[in-house]
Amino acid sequence: MFEYYLSLFVKSVFMENMALAFFLGMCTFLAVSRKVETAIGLGVAVLVVQTITVPVNNLIYTHVLKEGALAWAGLPDVDLTFLGLITYIGVIAAMVQILEMVLDRYIPALYNALGIFLPLITVNCAILGGSLFMVERNYDFGESIVFGLGSGAGFALAVIALAGIREKMKYSDVPKGLRGLGITFITVGLMAIAFMLFSGIQL
Amino acid sequence: MDFSMIWALVIMGGLGVLFGAGLAVASRVFAIRRDSRVAQIEAVLPGANCGACGAPGCGGFAEGVVEGKYLVNGCTVGGSEVARKVAEIMGTEAGDTVSAVAVVRCRGDVNACPDRAVYQGIHDCRAAVLIDNGAKGCTYGCLGYGTCVTACPFEAMRMGPDGLPVVIESLCTGCGECVRACPRDIMELMPRDQKVFIACKSQDFGKAVKAVCSVGCIGCGLCANPKTVRNEVITMDGKLPRIHYEKVEHSWEDLKLAVVKCPTRSFGVRGGVPEESPEEEPVSEEPAR
Repeated sequence: MFEYYLSLFVKSVFMENMALAFFLGMCTFLAVSRKVETAIGLGVAVLVVQTITVPVNNLIYTHVLKEGALAWAGLPDVDLTFLGLITYIGVIAAMVQILEMVLDRYIPALYNALGIFLPLITVNCAILGGSLFMVERNYDFGESIVFGLGSGAGFALAVIALAGIREKMKYSDVPKGLRGLGITFITVGLMAIAFMLFSGIQL
Repeated sequence: MDFSMIWALVIMGGLGVLFGAGLAVASRVFAIRRDSRVAQIEAVLPGANCGACGAPGCGGFAEGVVEGKYLVNGCTVGGSEVARKVAEIMGTEAGDTVSAVAVVRCRGDVNACPDRAVYQGIHDCRAAVLIDNGAKGCTYGCLGYGTCVTACPFEAMRMGPDGLPVVIESLCTGCGECVRACPRDIMELMPRDQKVFIACKSQDFGKAVKAVCSVGCIGCGLCANPKTVRNEVITMDGKLPRIHYEKVEHSWEDLKLAVVKCPTRSFGVRGGVPEESPEEEPVSEEPAR
């Protein structure tokens, strides 16, 4: 059992990396990867939010939205899967808000470190993508916790690695037309190719 | 008849009410009382977010003052005027602010400390140190590409003719941007009412210093000798002397002997050496002022 969760975790960090395999959350991925310091802030924020929202959405999906999920309320025929998208976004928004309050109250240091990123990633498609993948792949509750943790860690890893490369790249002689986002896209492409190597691993 | 639309409405409404209630409860349970003085203090601060006080920006400083983490006169840029206003809000006395000034802690210009290689990269110290720790002969010395000059938000710095930056003290607010910009920590803030500072950062042994620089501190410890300065105003800290400004009573007289006796003339004197003692060996022209 543990082995299965471990392989799911490794798979969601490397082979199915949110940023580099699915190219989700590109906006923040490119915008907030100029400095390692801020990239760590964003990475941790994504990791925390992903780990919380995917299991919560999993609970809502299995107990409310899934076909026949409302059997406990005496409604075995109702299928509300079509409400998924709007519900997940609502859950994410509410979770982020509550998380922000909790952090501000109990862990102000982390709250200050995450700063603006926490509310920003409410609308990050990597976060919503995590919940949608969870539904598509029929994860149960345990799997969704591991998947949330793994995909969040994968995004954090990718954004911090890119920030490290971009910090070093400030001093390199980039052709004029490619400076800024141009060379960053090329870098991201090369990183994605590098991450594709992981897909050959059998777990 | 298909009731799923009604159920959809009920479920969505239910979830909405649930989240709304959850948020309402959370905002009560996790509420934080913010001090109204924070906003008032922030309003009187210069708002440059320079970070000279040590806090990350003016907002952080305002919060810190209210929490008691920073002194009311902690804003060096605003000076006594801002300190007075902040003290008024906090209901305390301001006291005197000793403003800081930036100094260049290196005297190794192009003649005293020649380069050991030719650097042809980007004209920026932070880039230059990445390549084998810079082309400068001394690996602690000023690289002289003017990163501090570019960083200065008050245009209080310029590059001198001999490859060392010069602080224009009348414009310097002591914000510390140059200190943060310098990859070698050459720039340093010192109290404005003090005159003497140690213009060398080299932690090398004397012989190694001599080999690359004619004005580098060789760590002989002569200045820290009780015969030179009283009251342990200067002590040796590793291979470099350190001046304890809090013990200095007369900014020049207390430290005069140390400056004059220094065999490598590694002391810097802000505003140059006073003219009162013509019989002493004159210390060469001060590069950093």
